[in-house]
Amino acid sequence: MTAYLLKRIIIAALTLVLASMVVFAVMEILPGDPARLMLGMNASADQIEVLRNQMGLNAPLVLRYLHWAAGLLSLDFGRSYTYSVPVVDLVRERIAVSLPLALIALALSTIIAIPVGVFSASRQGRAGDTLAMGAAQLGVAVPNFWFALMLIYLFAVWLHLVPAGGFPGWSAGIWAALKSLLLPAVALALPQAAILARVARSALIEVLNEDYIRTARAKGLPYRAVLWRHALRNAMIPVLTILGLQFAFLLAGTIIIENVFYLPGLGRLIFQAITQRDLIVVESIVMLLVTAVILINLLVDFSYAIVDPRLRAIPGKVRSGFPSGIAPKQILRAVQRFRETRNRSRGRQ
Amino acid sequence: MTMRIDLPEETIAGVLAKAFGNRSFLIGLAITLLVVAVALLSFVWTPYDVTKLVIADKTQAPSWAHWFGTDHFGRDILSMIMVGARNSIAVALVAVGIGMGIGVPLGAFAAARGGLADEALMRVNDLVFAFPALLSAIMITAIFGPGAVNAIIAIGIFNIPVFARVTRAGALAIWPREFILAARAAGKGLTRITVEHILPNIATLLLVQGTIQFALGILAEAGLSYVGLGAQPPMPSWGRMLFDAQTRMVTAPWMAIFPGMAIVITVLGLNLLGDGIADILDPKSRRRR
Amino acid sequence: MKLWKTILAAAVLSLAAATSAFAARTDLTLGIVLEPPHLDPTAGAAAAIGEITYANVFEGLTRIDEKGQVQPALAESWTVSDDGKVYAFKLHSGVKFHDGSAFSADDVKFSLDRARAKDSLNPQKPLFAHITDVATVDPATVKVTLDGPQGNFLDDMGQVAAVIVGKGSADGNKDKPIGTGPFKLDHWAKGSEITLVKNPDYWGTPAALDKATFRIVPDAAAAVPALLSGDIQAFANMPAQDALSQVQSDPRFSVVIGSTEGETILSINNKKPPFDKLAVRQALASAIDRSAIIDAASNGLGKPIGSHFSPGDAGYVDLTGVYPHDIDKAKQYLKEAGLENGFSATIKLPPVPYARDGGQVIQSQLKDIGVNLQIIPVEWAEWLSQVFTNKDYDLTIVSHVEPNDIDIYSRPGYYFQYDNPKFNDLIKELDTTVDKDKRLELLGEAQKILAHDVPAVYLFELPKIGVWDAKLQGMWTNWPIEADDLTKVKWSE
Repeated sequence: MTAYLLKRIIIAALTLVLASMVVFAVMEILPGDPARLMLGMNASADQIEVLRNQMGLNAPLVLRYLHWAAGLLSLDFGRSYTYSVPVVDLVRERIAVSLPLALIALALSTIIAIPVGVFSASRQGRAGDTLAMGAAQLGVAVPNFWFALMLIYLFAVWLHLVPAGGFPGWSAGIWAALKSLLLPAVALALPQAAILARVARSALIEVLNEDYIRTARAKGLPYRAVLWRHALRNAMIPVLTILGLQFAFLLAGTIIIENVFYLPGLGRLIFQAITQRDLIVVESIVMLLVTAVILINLLVDFSYAIVDPRLRAIPGKVRSGFPSGIAPKQILRAVQRFRETRNRSRGRQ
Repeated sequence: MTMRIDLPEETIAGVLAKAFGNRSFLIGLAITLLVVAVALLSFVWTPYDVTKLVIADKTQAPSWAHWFGTDHFGRDILSMIMVGARNSIAVALVAVGIGMGIGVPLGAFAAARGGLADEALMRVNDLVFAFPALLSAIMITAIFGPGAVNAIIAIGIFNIPVFARVTRAGALAIWPREFILAARAAGKGLTRITVEHILPNIATLLLVQGTIQFALGILAEAGLSYVGLGAQPPMPSWGRMLFDAQTRMVTAPWMAIFPGMAIVITVLGLNLLGDGIADILDPKSRRRR
Repeated sequence: MKLWKTILAAAVLSLAAATSAFAARTDLTLGIVLEPPHLDPTAGAAAAIGEITYANVFEGLTRIDEKGQVQPALAESWTVSDDGKVYAFKLHSGVKFHDGSAFSADDVKFSLDRARAKDSLNPQKPLFAHITDVATVDPATVKVTLDGPQGNFLDDMGQVAAVIVGKGSADGNKDKPIGTGPFKLDHWAKGSEITLVKNPDYWGTPAALDKATFRIVPDAAAAVPALLSGDIQAFANMPAQDALSQVQSDPRFSVVIGSTEGETILSINNKKPPFDKLAVRQALASAIDRSAIIDAASNGLGKPIGSHFSPGDAGYVDLTGVYPHDIDKAKQYLKEAGLENGFSATIKLPPVPYARDGGQVIQSQLKDIGVNLQIIPVEWAEWLSQVFTNKDYDLTIVSHVEPNDIDIYSRPGYYFQYDNPKFNDLIKELDTTVDKDKRLELLGEAQKILAHDVPAVYLFELPKIGVWDAKLQGMWTNWPIEADDLTKVKWSE
């Protein structure tokens, strides 16, 4: 098992290194000269050359990559071309918006999805179930940025209840800040909740078919008690696993939503940085997000290994022969389902 | 969508009977056909010419003359949605084609050969999956410039590992089967077995995944166009229409409402269709859903 | 509908419960569209830098007032030598920078030398090109020597990029701008707002406002609600789009449409066939219907122009009738050029609404004479390198916002690739002409040459859509330079 874990770690590290090279290479071929952009229409060629030297853009490619990579390792991301402040400071400011946004969205999504999932599972095949799952189908189909526009129209333009966009900053008071995060969080959460509700329902249905649940019911425990106390607790394992995994995608998924609501978060920063050719900022944030994804994937692999050392992490090979007990099967299914939902949610980030 | 594979044991008649009893499938199919029909109709007829700007008629509210209103150039929104369907379908279809065309052979190859080839493929997959898709699509279009073709490429690239993974997982489940062993014993090569036995047996899987990716492709195209990186004017596109609508939410909300509904309905239809196909052709998946 | 609205409003009322009470009326929150990358006007071309800092944080030797006239600023007076080459500026005394250091002639010499140095990164370096020497006579007098008489020199010294920076603080100005102005930077919440506070040690008339916050609000969807709710009390230039009517009908707000120095033009690559033929350019000019473009790209607010000159400036000649909208005439011009079957070309559009929207209208209009345009959207970075630097384009739409910039058509290597010796001579004469009337006459002539020769199709002057609380006084109507000068802004109550 140690060997397996070691292999996963090495692979993750290798992926990171490769990713950093890809990111750096992409930045190299991005058309447009950041120095030109900063100096504008009246700058002379000499001036641009001076600035390029100052920015270190004229150094050899390999040297620049090594310099940048070494900086990343020591958490020194360099200085933003446009804002001329350390990228670390910029990122810290922006995470203070994006992270709470993603967390609120995650919480909202859970609060909506779990009861719906339980409700549906307990009424499997009946009208309530059909209705709830129909709504979930609809939720999955709604592009979150369009949903965001509709929310803006309803609550900001029509009812004047919340600001249509912008972020007053945490210094303006927690309430004011939360208020401006509310609509974006709802817009992000709804499609996620739709996916999660479907997963929660099927996980629950699966647990309800397990022998020990039947035993519990045979013993005369009321259905409600079995559902909430036993089944849900066990079905939570896959649901929680997926929640954890969705989180990284929510963080990245804020790119469009932050642009709709003009929130000064990571997503908006990276979007601006791309158009302003603030390459160093783009590189840093992309690496940050990639690292988050890789780390979370690594954690999933670890959880695999912990529950079943024989597993080597691909659903295709997973067919039979699980050890007894509930956890392994469920986590595996969860991961399997996560891969499905991830594929589903890829398009919506 | 990874699922257990079984050889189709049912007759075509049986499948058809099931199809007509499956609500998801029927509704999904009806919606999908409707969208395709509208897109085809737009080639020969739309209520108004979408290439003609009539500034005098700009941002008019829905009326009998313009059911869904007009946009900021006075173009009829209903007509634009009809023409936009073409763009959405084309982009998503080609993107799925790219994903399948490259991903399926890669996945099948990895499953057949195993070992180093398999390992290498999976590592590249990991690498691609490590990048949030929209972010990468934004960077791809930043390099090559915005436009429908580059949007297709950006979305297509992210379909490749999806199909590679599904194909590989599906194929790995088939390889240990007895009939494959028999084929090997008969001296058939890896390629031949893959083409003759493996691929037909995972066709269902690929069909379902294809439908899902198709729906995702439409969402992704809308997302890219919404940030201004997809189809370019004068070609109408649903996401592009939402982009134009965003700054006019106060005065012309209909510019946002109707194209968005077109996206929702199309994606909903495709998802229902995908679920329906999975139900009909793979009974075991029914329980899980 | 109404009932629903009430119910919904009630249901979500708790969200709105904590709306902030209005602060004392020495506060002002202004909306701006773009966040400046940094706050050093001598180191960046972004217009937002000047919009916030000019006259508020930083001051120059002279300054440009609301009407575009040159006024004394840090220099209280000046004398010009008879040959027009030497300017002696008498500086105000008792002026202090925001960091407490005293302002003197040394800082002026430092600022001008820095701006014209070889490794200078000043975005408006040509402003300083004619300076040959800057000498400090005494702490309150600076002598600037030019290589020849310059008709525009005092005006140049009042531009955004010519502000005076402190010798000891210049390098930190991007993040912590240290100027001499009536306001100083309080804080900058990146991505959301920039707050200025009154400078208690200001040398001149102190500002009426204690605090001014520039909040970043990129478009109408956010701007209108923010204005209606009172979160923002003023937009010097509102991203209004079609929503303006909603504000216009509300008596709480003043809507003041002014002019800018932004000539919005369809730039033509004059060396690239077929655009090197005058008849082709004339065809473009005749095929284009300005009023439709202004309606679509400027909400009907921009003033049509027929040459490269702002209608608000002295010396303006109305030349919009030189090539009236006439499809048949346009086709005739094409025939003259041997292109009666039309041709195809590309148009590169930078990411601004006037260009992207205007481009679509032009595409549709040119289709009527058989010219097929392919739209290529580009980011500013690409526009600057592809179009502006490498001249790799056919057509583009852009607004030239620098004041008095008709001379760009005579600059060698400028992206229009326009080369007309007659025009060049005219500009040379203009440069060295100091007499006001003679200058206006020459300017009029230059406008006429451009209008007839069509090195670009002139569309409209970018409007300044001022929207602010009706009780607010002292906001600028026009933008002779892009600046939100708050020195005279106050609440009427």
